[in-house]
Amino acid sequence: MIVSFIHRAVMQGIPLLYGATGEIITEKSGNLNLGIPGVMYVGGISGVIGAFMYENSLPDKSAANPFWAIAIPLLCCLLGSFLIGLLYSFLTTTLRANQNVTGLAITTFGVGLGNFFGGSLIKIVGADVPSITLSTTSKFFSASLPFAQNLGWFGEIFLSYGFLAYLAVIVAILASLFLKRSRVGLNLRAVGENPATADAAGINVSRYKYLSTCVGSMIAGLGGLYYVMDYVSGVWSNDGFGDRGWLAIALVIFTVWKPNFAIIGSILFGGLYIVHNYLNQLIPMNMSSQELIKMAPYVVTVLVLIFNSMRNKRESQPPEALGLSYFREDR
Amino acid sequence: MDKQTPAVSLRHITKAFGSKVVANKDVSMDIMSGEILSLLGENGSGKTTLMNMLSGIYHQDAGQILVNGNEVFINSPKDAYALGIGMIHQHFKLVEVFTAVENVALGMDKKTTGGAKEIAKAITEICDRYGFDVDPKKKVYNMTVSQKQTLEIVKALYRGANILILDEPTAVLTPQETDKLFAVLRNMKKDGKSIIIITHKLNEVLAISDRVAILRKGEYIGDVETKDASVQSLTEMMVGQKVELDIERPAVEHKALRLRIDHLTCLDRYGVTALDDVSLEAYGGEILGIAGISGSGQKQLLEAVAGLQHAESGSSIEYIEPDTGTRHQLLGKSVSDIKRMGVALSFVPEDRLGMGLVGAMGMTDNMMLRSYEKGRLPFTDRKTPRQLASKVKEELEVVTPSLNTPVRKLSGGNVQKVLVGREIASDPTVLMAAYAVRGLDINTSYTIYRLLNEQKKKGVAVIYVGEDLDVLLALCDRIAVLCGGKLNGVVDGKTATKEEVGLMMTNLRTERKEADAS
Amino acid sequence: MTSAKERSTHEKPFHIVKRTDLPVWKSWLIRIAAVVASLIICAVIIILLTDDNPIQLYATMIQGAVGSPRRVWALLQGVAILLCISLAVTPAFKMRFWNIGAEGQVLIGGLGATAVMLLLGHSLPAPVVLLLVIVVSILCGAIWGVIPAIFKAFWNTNETLFTLMMNYIAIQLVSYFTYIWSSNKGNNVINTINVDNHAGWLELPPSIDRYGYLLNILIVAVLTVLMYFYLNNSKQGYEIAVVGESINTAKYAGINVKKVIIRTMLISGALCGVAGMLLVSGTDHTITPNTAAGRGFTAIVVSWLAKFNPLFMVLTSLLLVFMEKGALEISTVFGLNSSFSDIITGIIIFFIIGSEFFINYSIKRTHAKEAQTK
Repeated sequence: MIVSFIHRAVMQGIPLLYGATGEIITEKSGNLNLGIPGVMYVGGISGVIGAFMYENSLPDKSAANPFWAIAIPLLCCLLGSFLIGLLYSFLTTTLRANQNVTGLAITTFGVGLGNFFGGSLIKIVGADVPSITLSTTSKFFSASLPFAQNLGWFGEIFLSYGFLAYLAVIVAILASLFLKRSRVGLNLRAVGENPATADAAGINVSRYKYLSTCVGSMIAGLGGLYYVMDYVSGVWSNDGFGDRGWLAIALVIFTVWKPNFAIIGSILFGGLYIVHNYLNQLIPMNMSSQELIKMAPYVVTVLVLIFNSMRNKRESQPPEALGLSYFREDR
Repeated sequence: MDKQTPAVSLRHITKAFGSKVVANKDVSMDIMSGEILSLLGENGSGKTTLMNMLSGIYHQDAGQILVNGNEVFINSPKDAYALGIGMIHQHFKLVEVFTAVENVALGMDKKTTGGAKEIAKAITEICDRYGFDVDPKKKVYNMTVSQKQTLEIVKALYRGANILILDEPTAVLTPQETDKLFAVLRNMKKDGKSIIIITHKLNEVLAISDRVAILRKGEYIGDVETKDASVQSLTEMMVGQKVELDIERPAVEHKALRLRIDHLTCLDRYGVTALDDVSLEAYGGEILGIAGISGSGQKQLLEAVAGLQHAESGSSIEYIEPDTGTRHQLLGKSVSDIKRMGVALSFVPEDRLGMGLVGAMGMTDNMMLRSYEKGRLPFTDRKTPRQLASKVKEELEVVTPSLNTPVRKLSGGNVQKVLVGREIASDPTVLMAAYAVRGLDINTSYTIYRLLNEQKKKGVAVIYVGEDLDVLLALCDRIAVLCGGKLNGVVDGKTATKEEVGLMMTNLRTERKEADAS
Repeated sequence: MTSAKERSTHEKPFHIVKRTDLPVWKSWLIRIAAVVASLIICAVIIILLTDDNPIQLYATMIQGAVGSPRRVWALLQGVAILLCISLAVTPAFKMRFWNIGAEGQVLIGGLGATAVMLLLGHSLPAPVVLLLVIVVSILCGAIWGVIPAIFKAFWNTNETLFTLMMNYIAIQLVSYFTYIWSSNKGNNVINTINVDNHAGWLELPPSIDRYGYLLNILIVAVLTVLMYFYLNNSKQGYEIAVVGESINTAKYAGINVKKVIIRTMLISGALCGVAGMLLVSGTDHTITPNTAAGRGFTAIVVSWLAKFNPLFMVLTSLLLVFMEKGALEISTVFGLNSSFSDIITGIIIFFIIGSEFFINYSIKRTHAKEAQTK
């Protein structure tokens, strides 16, 4: 049971890991994108639309080509979340709009967009249940490593996931190395800490903000894609993604802006998200207590936030210029 | 390089902010290679704005820039660097949580710089060549102001700057550090680099530069060879009229003990000792100057008196009431406690818009800042402050479109007049002013000196924290010198010399402490 | 060496400068233009989706928002609730305290009201219950609001993230109690509370208030005026403004910053509690985790768009609620998904926040004369 718990925790954690990695990269540029929940919805629905169009273009579902079945939803997802990231960047970087207000509007907009197109697709299909199923493409996404079944618990914990799960970990490690080791990462951190300094050093602040926000959005969008294509096996239902986007933002704080911490953190949060199911099997619990346990990730995040502010260590603070827009001629 | 072609030429540069403020108007000037040029002008004369266009921070509304005779387009600081122009800003452009190496590496291609080791090596080379000292691995937030400035210069040199612009580089340095900086600059000049120093300190202009270019109210007035210039002639070019440069120092009349500071020890917000066992007295009817390198505890000293700074146990600040002689302990009291005890304390803090005033509010609302609590009703009274605001506006000739125009939009001098006007209006018995003339033009500065002297004649205990030793020595009756948070002695303003005070600012001499206290 | 590096060979055709002197009427003209532009864009999108003519469309929209007395009242009720929450977050924002936890504060306020109504509704006289409902919901909202404030005041804990997290803790708490108090075991729904004796219901007799919204609207109207005077004419309002502009200035002026932060968030949370009370005791007479329905977030936009002026907030909240109801009607009439209204709301907000740029900055042509001759 512990094995299956870890397995499920990882699966729950992957969307959060994508979201958190994307948001960390975004926040390192000083953009506090509170639109991440919306971005993840858009990422998910874009992938669904891509998969839907691909499946419908097939004469026969068994003729699905694994490459296209993965490539089309993936590209659609990246494109969709890129566009939302671009919208956020345009408003906050070029037009210097308030980041909190823009982010919240992006969330409303993105969730609305997801549910609108989701609802429309459901209507086109005319399904009895309010959801749409894309099992053909989904099975390519959720295909686990071939020898996973033969290796017992080891296989289940480490090898039993779709490729997007491994990609999430790779992206997080790469992001961590990028921020810590590369020159571009150094420049990016400077933009988030002190844009005027970065600017004076010849760094194109706007370009960095745009790029990091758009790339961050694309990474976060993959979280939406993973959720619908792998985790729920290609079943889109409106509001299905829930509040995972906010959990991803919580995870950013929890991991003090470090993507490599986010790998462990996401599994922990994923575990907290589902632990009530398993505790239920150990100690019989009623539904109500499960709701209380679902609170855990948020409570833990608040505690981390409080702890960090009390410790007041310079290296574990949010980027100095987080949430502020930059205008060169401001004095 | 051909000596006849200027390293940089500015041609008919104009720059305006909004529709009303013209910062630079049709400015044309040249800078030669291997020359140190002082760009002299009063505050608000557009020196920094002009140089910011060279360094890519601003963009001119009209006009051309030529480098080595070719027209260039500087759209960003990156362009400026590519042209070999580096600027050391007054507010350092450094990332606090980064190390020296990381700050130098910022924005540079790794292919050209190599890794951290190569950069550290290059930094050491530059340091050896010009004679300064930077620890490549040190984080900026652990550095002193002087170290940060050095790092900024190294950063510019590392990027191959041939034209170095320094904006008020000595404002934060001691006389000794200034000499060191000037030595480095002379080395660079020998190397064929062009150096522009933005300043309004005439003595330094004469000490370091080859040529002086003067700006007044955004317009280029002309240039003179330094050897042909004098303090008086430069001032007249700068101000545009004959100026009386002597600061008045009326004799001390009714001297009475007003503040008694005993064994004052304070920590700064990172828990480092900022003031260490300082004992000092301030008298009504005199101006007590406080000298010291920036960050030597001046801020904590004034704020401790004002009720804004927590002090360690064993410290004491006693206030002696002028008429009754009643003693009040000020430590451990909040600002409002002190006000309620009837202690009339006025404080002109260093950070005018960030502490003394609310930038987004007009004069009227700013007049309320110290008195809004008056009256029993929960509602604010705006009538009295409005009257006060118009009185201050009239008496100190504050230039503002209306009493409700946010003070942030006023010029530095007018902002300071609003602040000083309000603080004096409350009839204080103690008046503390930190860097009261920083950033002000000469005429406004003299207005401020006059106001301080008026308060002194009224019997107010004036405490004046300053950075310009010439002014401190001319204005103050006694000068307390702080060094690294310790009181290094109190000297007589009439007899002390600049060199003596400068030395006391840097070298702690505990054995002399008793002998000096008079 | 320098020539080898890349650099600009031409000037940027334009650059951005900050405006300082735009007249107020012009800035409002820009904002109105943005709203009009967003409505046109929305119309284009709707036409693409529905193939209907735009006039028909706007007619449907207006019909949906104010087409019948019932709808007018529902619109006003919607405005009242949104406005109430916007009023609540405003003092915090003026203090530069990013309270994005209104959603949670409203819910907790509502939960307080629910608890009193459910647990005491039949053991105490109705007026006492109502009084308790009011007190408890205000108290609950205030407590939920003041927790992040205390940490902000003493340890400078980031309030944006803290209040955000508190929303989800609140949602889970409400979920928990909807299970505990669910009317039928396990169905997780609380039926209308105290249908029999209306204990704890905030209402006027039906003869005066046919749709049951009037009292809510009146209360919020009074609160709006009070908040306006509180912010602009009270000493506390002045303190809030000073703290918001500069904490150092506030300390210098002898303002107890910690006290102001805590007091202001108590007020902010309390008003959210009022909104929760208006929703639970004044309208729904029950609670779900979705009772606040995202209004806590929309309120931030309302307050910000109105430049934190309570009187302008009447207009901005009216605009947003009107569009929401209108878009909802369109989606029903044309068989679109109900999430459509979120998209419309999003587009309008994007336009309005984008328009602020043109109020604060202007774009200047570089060397206009030279450009012509070249």
